[in-house]
Amino acid sequence: MREAATRRALRQERVMLVLLTLCALVSVATTLAIVVALTVEAVGFFRVVPIWRFLTEREWTPLFAVKKFGILPLVCGTMLTAGIAMLLAVPLALLIATYLAEYASRQMRQRLKPIVELLAGIPSVLYGYFALLFVTPLLQKFIPSLPTFNALSPGIILGFMVLPTIASLSEDAIYAVPQSIREASLALGATKLQTTLHAVLPAASSGITAACLLGFARAIGETMLVTIAAGMMPNLTLNPLEPVQTMTAYIVQVALGDVPHGSLEYRTIFTVGLTLFVLTLVFNLTGLLLRERLLRTLRQM
Amino acid sequence: MTTGTKTEMVTAVMAKRRREKLLEGLFLAAAWLALALVIALLVTILTDLIADGWSRLSWKFLTSFPSRRPEEAGIFSAWVGTVYVMALTALIALPVGIGAAIYLEEFASRNWFARLVELNISNLAGVPAIIYGLLGLQVFVRWCRMGESVLAGACTLALMSLPVIIVASREALRAVPNSIREAALALGATKWQTVRDHVLPLALPGILTGTILALSRAIGEAAPLVTIGALTFVAFLPKSPFDPFTVLPIQAYNWVSRPQPEFHQNAAAALLVLLALLSLMNGTATYLRNRYQQRWQI
Repeated sequence: MREAATRRALRQERVMLVLLTLCALVSVATTLAIVVALTVEAVGFFRVVPIWRFLTEREWTPLFAVKKFGILPLVCGTMLTAGIAMLLAVPLALLIATYLAEYASRQMRQRLKPIVELLAGIPSVLYGYFALLFVTPLLQKFIPSLPTFNALSPGIILGFMVLPTIASLSEDAIYAVPQSIREASLALGATKLQTTLHAVLPAASSGITAACLLGFARAIGETMLVTIAAGMMPNLTLNPLEPVQTMTAYIVQVALGDVPHGSLEYRTIFTVGLTLFVLTLVFNLTGLLLRERLLRTLRQM
Repeated sequence: MTTGTKTEMVTAVMAKRRREKLLEGLFLAAAWLALALVIALLVTILTDLIADGWSRLSWKFLTSFPSRRPEEAGIFSAWVGTVYVMALTALIALPVGIGAAIYLEEFASRNWFARLVELNISNLAGVPAIIYGLLGLQVFVRWCRMGESVLAGACTLALMSLPVIIVASREALRAVPNSIREAALALGATKWQTVRDHVLPLALPGILTGTILALSRAIGEAAPLVTIGALTFVAFLPKSPFDPFTVLPIQAYNWVSRPQPEFHQNAAAALLVLLALLSLMNGTATYLRNRYQQRWQI
């Protein structure tokens, strides 16, 4: 009897181990599926449009009668909105992160952190609504020539959207700097601000860089906000006062329309998606590896 | 050295000290300004939304289908679709997420495979939502022939929220003291019996907290569902997981992108309902977390 029960338990153990391993494999399968799903269609696309035309042509008009397939305007629109976002988010996030990690009392930290995190919980359609119907009309009071769709207004709001990511990852990095570094600097007669700026922040700098890279990856992948407020016009420009189309907004535009499966237009969204995926992968992986290396060095100190 | 130069030195040091104090004051003022800006933005977004949409909120708005006439349009199909997709997403993502977390935390040895899975999960958490939409369109809608259905949407959102669920579940499992595992193993329980009967029940509130937060993040995101082809105008309720559907953020997007201001009001009202739903979920998650912390203090 007892032996049978033990055998049953051991058999169950083996079965469960297989099931649990399969669950863990789902995440690896997801990555593989993303790569395969995007590449299959992109290969079909590059059979018709040579890759050098895709990378060098300066116009993107796959939905028009005269079709041009240069990705540059979409990349430019993406970089412009994400660039405006970073110009705003990085200084604000660093000020907040430094303040919370070095100056704020424990109580203050516990109260302020959730408020900053709230920014990350707001649905992106709501951000888009706010950018299009509140921020743009507000900006038009100062810049009367600003069109309804422009890169500036969603860029500003996108900055607030990625701020919590950058702030909370930077704060972790600053917090991880060992106390001995602060004490050494203070013992040499430096003030608290000098210690923060010249000893603590440099020690955490690779972690802060990692936070910015991960925030940037988030900014270039954001979809609904820029779709609603930046427009649907591919535009090779760095002028924030003009309408632009991001890579993500193009994918939404095609997905909303009735494009037949297997057509060249259908394949363009996967090719644009692959470009976006590769870009975010580079920024994400660099960020993750930098972060891991910093935390390992600080732990050794 | 004369006394004159000594006083000069003291004044110089004092002046420097004052300058440092001023700089510190400036830094703190800037940090406070940044925080004030964040709070001001949150307040403005909320008041703007309430000002635009509050008057449209009514029982009729919640129980009417969308319409060409803005004053008759409602969000019945949208909120039912949101609840439907969310329930199905939880049903798919929760077992897989917990399973993966248990494997990584309780069974896996620190080898290259575990490290690969870990790096992969961190990276998946940073993949843009719209890429998951393309994945869902290709794999679930086309290859698995699910069509533009509730099921395809739920599978897509489940894959998207898995990384967050796994990370949160692992933290909850890690918080269970080792003495509990050792006690069960010492009594002759197998590893799986230990996890099933002792570790998992104790970690469950933490796991649910993380899962609810991940789901609330996923359900507010319209991009992946737009990409797989969820409809923007649905005048019926999905009856089975294989029916087409729409969700609140897509309905709101559809109304925002129309030129008439009456539709913008509808969008604001729909977004208010979405915000209420998300707050309810976050409130539940916080409640669970607080109860769980109290249990551990005993």
